[in-house]
Amino acid sequence: MADAGGLMPRRVGEVVATASTSFVAQCYRLDGAPPQGSFVRTGSSWVYGVVCRVSTEPLDPSRPVLARGESASSEEEVFRDNPQLARLLTTRFDALIAGHRTGDECRHFLPPLPPPVHSFVYACSPAETAQFTNRLDFIHLLLNSGIPVVDEVVGACLRAAAGAQPDGAGFLVRAGRALASELAGDVPRLNSILRRVAP
Amino acid sequence: MTGGSQGRFLGVVVDGSLAHGVEVRLDAGTSVEEVKAGAFVTIQGSGHRFFGVVTDIALGSTDPRLKHAPPGMDDPFITQVLQGTVAYGTVSVLPNLVMPVALGDAVETPVAAKTIPPHFARTHAASERDVAAVFGNEDERHFWIGNPLDMEAKVCLDLDELVKRSIGVFGKSGTGKTFLTRLLLVGILQGGQASSLIFDMHSEYGWGAHDSDGKRFAKGLKQLFPSRVSTFTLDEESSRRRGSSTDDVVRIGYGDIEPEDVEMLRETLNMSEVAASAAFNLQQKFGQRHWMSQFLNMEGRDAIFDLAAQIQVQPHALGALYNRLTRLKRFEFLAEKSERNAADRIIEHLERGQHVVLEFGRYGRNLTAYMLVTNLLSRRIHGRYVERKEQAEGGQGRDPRPLVIVIEEAHKFLSPAIAPQTIFGTIAREMRKYNVTLMVIDQRPSGIDSEVMSQLGTRLTCLLDNERDIEAVLSGTPGGRQLRGVLARLESKQQALIFGHALPMPVVIHTREYGSLESYAQLVKRAPGRQPHQGTETPEERLEREIAELF
Repeated sequence: MADAGGLMPRRVGEVVATASTSFVAQCYRLDGAPPQGSFVRTGSSWVYGVVCRVSTEPLDPSRPVLARGESASSEEEVFRDNPQLARLLTTRFDALIAGHRTGDECRHFLPPLPPPVHSFVYACSPAETAQFTNRLDFIHLLLNSGIPVVDEVVGACLRAAAGAQPDGAGFLVRAGRALASELAGDVPRLNSILRRVAP
Repeated sequence: MTGGSQGRFLGVVVDGSLAHGVEVRLDAGTSVEEVKAGAFVTIQGSGHRFFGVVTDIALGSTDPRLKHAPPGMDDPFITQVLQGTVAYGTVSVLPNLVMPVALGDAVETPVAAKTIPPHFARTHAASERDVAAVFGNEDERHFWIGNPLDMEAKVCLDLDELVKRSIGVFGKSGTGKTFLTRLLLVGILQGGQASSLIFDMHSEYGWGAHDSDGKRFAKGLKQLFPSRVSTFTLDEESSRRRGSSTDDVVRIGYGDIEPEDVEMLRETLNMSEVAASAAFNLQQKFGQRHWMSQFLNMEGRDAIFDLAAQIQVQPHALGALYNRLTRLKRFEFLAEKSERNAADRIIEHLERGQHVVLEFGRYGRNLTAYMLVTNLLSRRIHGRYVERKEQAEGGQGRDPRPLVIVIEEAHKFLSPAIAPQTIFGTIAREMRKYNVTLMVIDQRPSGIDSEVMSQLGTRLTCLLDNERDIEAVLSGTPGGRQLRGVLARLESKQQALIFGHALPMPVVIHTREYGSLESYAQLVKRAPGRQPHQGTETPEERLEREIAELF
């Protein structure tokens, strides 16, 4: 399959838990998650997701993280003085499945199967993001995901997509209208999302 | 709007019914401000292309909360997104016609729509070409009366249909009724379908006159078509002062006045019914030719009371009749004896194919004089036409040439109380059979008998704002309810709503220019292929002419 971005996308982690509508990926680097609302894509299964939750936790849940910087003069110094921290902590992110790709076609509905565990996860390049967001049907999948902060995610996602599109302002109007038809009966909610994406 | 085959895209059909028209939801890219009531649209159904008119424009929203808590509109982005999506415009369209499949096909013409377009049918603004296909091109049968709003296409009236039935021209004072009537008269004159007899109350059709604002001077018919228009006057002095060249002066003898004429003047002369009907008794006693002169020559109260006893009428009623009729003596056009019969001379001119304008001069300001003369002359002409038509049916002579009688202040003649009695009520109801129709010009159509209104074939109305007047004009018109809004929003000058037999569907027009040198030149120019009409022709002659034209 051709590289959609023209550049090799950046690999950020690996799928560690998976379900029909979302997957969890563990990052290779501490704090190495793509930003909320950005598009990611799994390796061979070509499932696209939108980052909806990023968390950094101890690898061993029985050993909670303790505050260590009382005498440090900067935040960097805390990690410098405790080099083991990078090994004891891990960053994970959840991604809502926004569609998948079969052949050259982007499909804005759920794949038949979720991406397998240990699939590589790549952050989409701007070109790939632009290509995937040429159509806007994925907004429906996001809005109906049922997660608590979905409005934030949709807002962040549209902002990210607009940044990747050649005509960002035009894209936002188009996306806004798609949102409006989804939320036709709930104008206050529509309005609150629009305020988040307004250029 | 473009001259191409299709105008700009407006939106899609989302609702509707045949009775009330369809609702078109405007596309997000179209602002409600770009659509005007009265504009034409085409709707592409799956099998037919519909042609309709915008009757109403509304705002809608998907969420009822929107109007209680409008979102902040300070952000242009949010405004841009919400407009046309959750807050949108709709237009109501009355699909009047189904267009022929191939435009420009001379055989197929638009026909009345008996169904409506389906859901999501795409709606476009009508192009110039669509409008021309519906309202025809100017030719010998079609007269260009004006243009649709904001369009260059011409709206043309079918003159044959126009003169076949009575015509109504309505509108408030100063909205352009006179200009519209002048145009109609030029159309009828140029088309040659009929003669016209104009009872010119304010002396503005025959010779030129200033418009009601006194700003513009408009030429009259006699100036434009000197050889085809004859002007008669009741007030020689006034005509001379205005420089109007008149062909003849009308004098009416007492012997021509009939009791029916007196009865019709009851309201303007402020007479009781008993007093007015005493005229019939007088007619019986003295005979038609002499009742009035003999009665008015009586002197003294006692003589009148004696006469009352003889003819069995209440003395006071007869006294009142005497009083009122004495007032008529002031009219200089009335004479005890008139050598030449005015009605006969007018009929002579009409039969020669001339158009006759009767100027009232100073008597135009006197409603009694106007009503008396119009009623009297029309009755005579009516009688003659009935006679001629019956003769023609019996195989003797020709059909009388169709005639359009133009009267102003029509509600005075055609009010429900007197319409059944006056000659105009009769003409409006049944004279079509005898080739006579009316053109009524009025500012209070609600005062006209509804039976007469229902007989008007074509109605042209300038701005009206009285509810009852609007109701009266639109009564009995399909889609009348939808046209109300259009009518109430006409501009006060040079705009008119036209509907009826002479054109395929109701239309708001910007009236054609009348008053500039260029407009006169255009009006006087004969349309290509138009034959001058010489008098009337028998059915055989017509058949021969038509055969000759065919081959």
